[in-house]
Amino acid sequence: MSAQASTTRPVLAEYTYEPPSVERGYTGQTLYVNLSDNTISTKPVSDEMKEKFIGGRGFGLWLLWQGVKDDTRWNDPENEIIISTGPCGGITQYAGSGKSLVVSISPLTNIVIDSNVGGHFGPLLKFAGWDALEIQGKAEREVIVVIDGTTGRVTIEEAGDVPVDTHKVGHWLIEEMAESEKDRYFMSAVSAGSGAEHTLMGCLNFSFYDRKRKAPRFKQAGRGGIGTVFRDKGIRALVVKSGPVRGDSNHPADLERIARAGVRLHKEIHDHDDEQCRMRRRGTPYLVQIMDDYDLLPVHNYKFGSHPETPKINGDVWEARFTQGIPDGCWYGCTLSCAHAVDGYQLRTGPYKGETVIVDGPEYETIAGIGSNCGIFDPDIILEANFYCDTYGLDTISFATSLAFVMECYEAGILDQEKTGGLELNFGNGEAALELLHQTARGEGFGKVFGQGIRRMKAYFVEHFGADAAFLNDIGMEAKGLEYSEYVCKESLAQQGGYGLTNKGPQHDEAWLIFMDQVSNLLPTFEDKAEALHYFPMWRTWFGLCGFCKLPWNDIQPPDNAESEDPAKIPEHVRNYVEIFSGVTGQEVTAEDLITMSERVYNFQRVFNIRLGYGLRDHDDVPYRSMGPVTVEEYESRAERYDKQLRELVGVDPAGMSTEEKVAALRKYREEQYEKLKDAVYERRGWTRNAVPKVETLRKLGIDYPDVVAVVEKYL
Amino acid sequence: MKVLAYNSELCVGCYVCEEVCAETWFKVPDREKSSIRIHERRQEGAVVLSAVFCNQCGECIAVCPTEALYRDKKGIVRLRKKQCVGCLSCVGFCPEEAMFFHPDQAEPFKCTACGQCVEECPAGALAIVDV
Repeated sequence: MSAQASTTRPVLAEYTYEPPSVERGYTGQTLYVNLSDNTISTKPVSDEMKEKFIGGRGFGLWLLWQGVKDDTRWNDPENEIIISTGPCGGITQYAGSGKSLVVSISPLTNIVIDSNVGGHFGPLLKFAGWDALEIQGKAEREVIVVIDGTTGRVTIEEAGDVPVDTHKVGHWLIEEMAESEKDRYFMSAVSAGSGAEHTLMGCLNFSFYDRKRKAPRFKQAGRGGIGTVFRDKGIRALVVKSGPVRGDSNHPADLERIARAGVRLHKEIHDHDDEQCRMRRRGTPYLVQIMDDYDLLPVHNYKFGSHPETPKINGDVWEARFTQGIPDGCWYGCTLSCAHAVDGYQLRTGPYKGETVIVDGPEYETIAGIGSNCGIFDPDIILEANFYCDTYGLDTISFATSLAFVMECYEAGILDQEKTGGLELNFGNGEAALELLHQTARGEGFGKVFGQGIRRMKAYFVEHFGADAAFLNDIGMEAKGLEYSEYVCKESLAQQGGYGLTNKGPQHDEAWLIFMDQVSNLLPTFEDKAEALHYFPMWRTWFGLCGFCKLPWNDIQPPDNAESEDPAKIPEHVRNYVEIFSGVTGQEVTAEDLITMSERVYNFQRVFNIRLGYGLRDHDDVPYRSMGPVTVEEYESRAERYDKQLRELVGVDPAGMSTEEKVAALRKYREEQYEKLKDAVYERRGWTRNAVPKVETLRKLGIDYPDVVAVVEKYL
Repeated sequence: MKVLAYNSELCVGCYVCEEVCAETWFKVPDREKSSIRIHERRQEGAVVLSAVFCNQCGECIAVCPTEALYRDKKGIVRLRKKQCVGCLSCVGFCPEEAMFFHPDQAEPFKCTACGQCVEECPAGALAIVDV
C-alpha cells in the first residue's frame, strides 16, 4: 500500500507477519480480525481441518462454528464474516478457478448462509498468505481492513473519507491505494454499499481490475444479506494486495495434470461454445429465452412461465449490448468468459444521475427477476436497477423477488398508493421500481419496509394492513426467509425439493433438476428424485469447498457427452476435477471421494442450522406458488395441463368442478407429493424423518465431534 | 512480415528442427520443448509429413487476460513472460495448435520466426518468407 494512503488514516491496529509460501493449495494459516477490541492474530490450519473441511465454505463453517454461540444472531458482535477460496482457488489454468466463499449468520434467515463470488479477493488473500479471513466483532467507528501480502502487514484503519457505495470504493481503491497502474493488477477490495445498511438483503461486491477497460469491476456475493452484516460491523472495505500472480503461485503438487485438464477445457470452449451456450458472447443471459421456451421463466411473481415480450430482454439483446471480444473472466484463465459488461451506460435516476458507468452484468437472475418476474421488459430499466443494486450493495435476487411480491400485492389490492407512499407498483412499472430501489437504499418510506424482505413484509402486511396471511404465505416466494432465485418449478417436484430441501434456502446452486425431471423425465420415482437430491447438492457443494465456479462444469459440454455413461453428471468434466484436485493437493482421489468431502460439510451445515434453531422438517416447507397454481387465474392459464393431471395423476374427473375446487384438489395432491419427497430425500441423506442427520451418518463421515453429536441427540 | 514457411515435399522427417528449436530457447535437445512440431501420418500407404508452428495470426492476443501477448514492430506475436500468469488460454484457443506448454515452466511458448531451424534443416524444407 502506498505510505501516503496509510498515513492519512489513523491506524487502530497493526499486525506484521511473514507471508508463508503456498504449498499444494494451502498457506496453512487463517487470519483472525476482531473489530470490537482491534485484535489481529494468526490461527493455524490443522491437517484435520484440511481433511474434513477442505477449504472455502468448509473452512468458513468450521471457523464460524467455533466463533458463535447457540443463540447468536446476525447482528451480535460474535457473528462473523469468513472469506475463503479453497485449495484449488487461484490456479490459472482451468476455467472458473477463482471463486471465494463467504459464510456468516444471515439477517434474512438467522441461520448459516454461504454465498459464492468471483473477483480476485479470495485468490489474492491466499497469495498474501491466508487460507481464510475471519472477521468478528463490531467497530466503534467505521473502518477498513488492509491486508498487504507484499509487506506482511495487516491494519485496521479508520475509514475516514473512504466511500460507502461500491463503484466509488472501486475508484478509491485504484486511485488512492495503488501507486501505479501495475499495482492495481494484484489488489482487490470487498465492499457493500449504503443499501446494505438500510435493509436485510445486503450483498458484498468483490473487485477485480479489468486491464482492458482500465477500470475496477465487481462480482457479487449476493445471497443472504452478508453485506448487511458487513455494514453492521462498521466495515467500509476490505483490501488485499499480493505479489504478482504466476501460473504456479498455488504451488501445486503436479502442475502438468492441471495444465493438461485446463488446455483440454480451453480447447473445448474454443471449439464448441458458439454452438452451445454462447457464454463467451452472452454469459448467463443465454438462459432467458430457453427458460421462456420451456415455460420456466418467472413472470409476474412466478404466476406464469413465459411471456410474449421476452424477446425484448433475451440473449440476442444482451449479446448486442455487451462489449465483445474482451477476455471477460472474473479470474485469470476463465475462457468461458461470462463476466460481461455494458460499457458507457449513462445513469438517468438516483444520486449518480448523469454519471457514465460500467454495468457489471446483468446476469440471467437479474434479467429474469427485475425483468420478466416484475413484467418489466425494458433492458434499460434492468441495467439501471442492476447498477444501483450493485453499488448500493443489494442482492438483485432478493430485491427482484421481493419486488415481484409487492407488485402482486399491489394488484391484489393488499397494497395501494396510500400504503406505498404514492408508488404505483403494478407489474411492468419500471419507473416505480427504480424509485422504490432508491428509497430502499436510503431506508426511507415504503422502501424501509420493503428492504426487510418477503418474510418480514408478510408479517407487516398482516399486522398493519389486515392482509390474509394464508394468501401471502402462498404467493410470497421465500423459504427459510430467503427469497427464491428465478426459476418456475411448479412442474418439477424434484426442483421443488431442490429449492426447499436445502441448507441455506431456495437458491439453485444446490440443485437444478428441472430439465432432468420435467423435460427429460429421467427421475420418474421418488427414489430417483432422492438420489438426484443427494448427488447434485453434494456435487455442487464441492465447487465451493475448492474455489471453483460451477459454470464450466455444465455450461460447456464435451461434444460426445450425450453418449457418456451418465450425461447429467458430465463425466468427462468430473474426471477433470479429479485430476485437478489430485494435481493441486498431491492426494489421489476418486469421483466418489469428492462427494464424500461435500457430505461432511453439508451435514455439518445442517447440524449448524439445527444448533441455531432452524433446520428441521417443517423448516423445509415451501410456498405453494412454487408447487402449483395458487389462484384461479393461474390455473386457468394452464387449464389443459392441470385438468389432465387431475384425471391422470389425482384420479378425479374435473368435469363439473369449479376452478376453485380444481385448484384445491390439485393442491392436496401436490402437497402430499412434496411430503413424500421429503421422506425419500431425508432417508437417502442419512437423516431422520425430522431432517436431523443421524449419529451414525455423522460417525460414518468422521464429524461425530462431541459438540456436533450433542446438537442432534436432542432430536433423536 | 517475415514468418516461417514449410515445404512438406522437401521435409525428410528428421526432426532436427525440433531439436534445434528446443536447444535454442531452452538449452536442451528435448523435442517437447520445441515451437515447431513435425507430424507424420500414413495416407494410402504413403508417409505424409506436416508441420505445426505459429503463423503469427495473432488470435491469441485477444484471449490473453493480462496483455502478455503482443505483436512486435516486425509483426511477430511475442509473449512477455513476466506479465504472463500461465493460464494457457492461448494454448487452447490457438487455431493452429501452435502455442505450446511444457510442465517445466508455467508459461507457454511459440515460434517467433527466429530462423535457427531454417539454418539447420538438412533438407531445405524450412524458410523465412515475407508475407
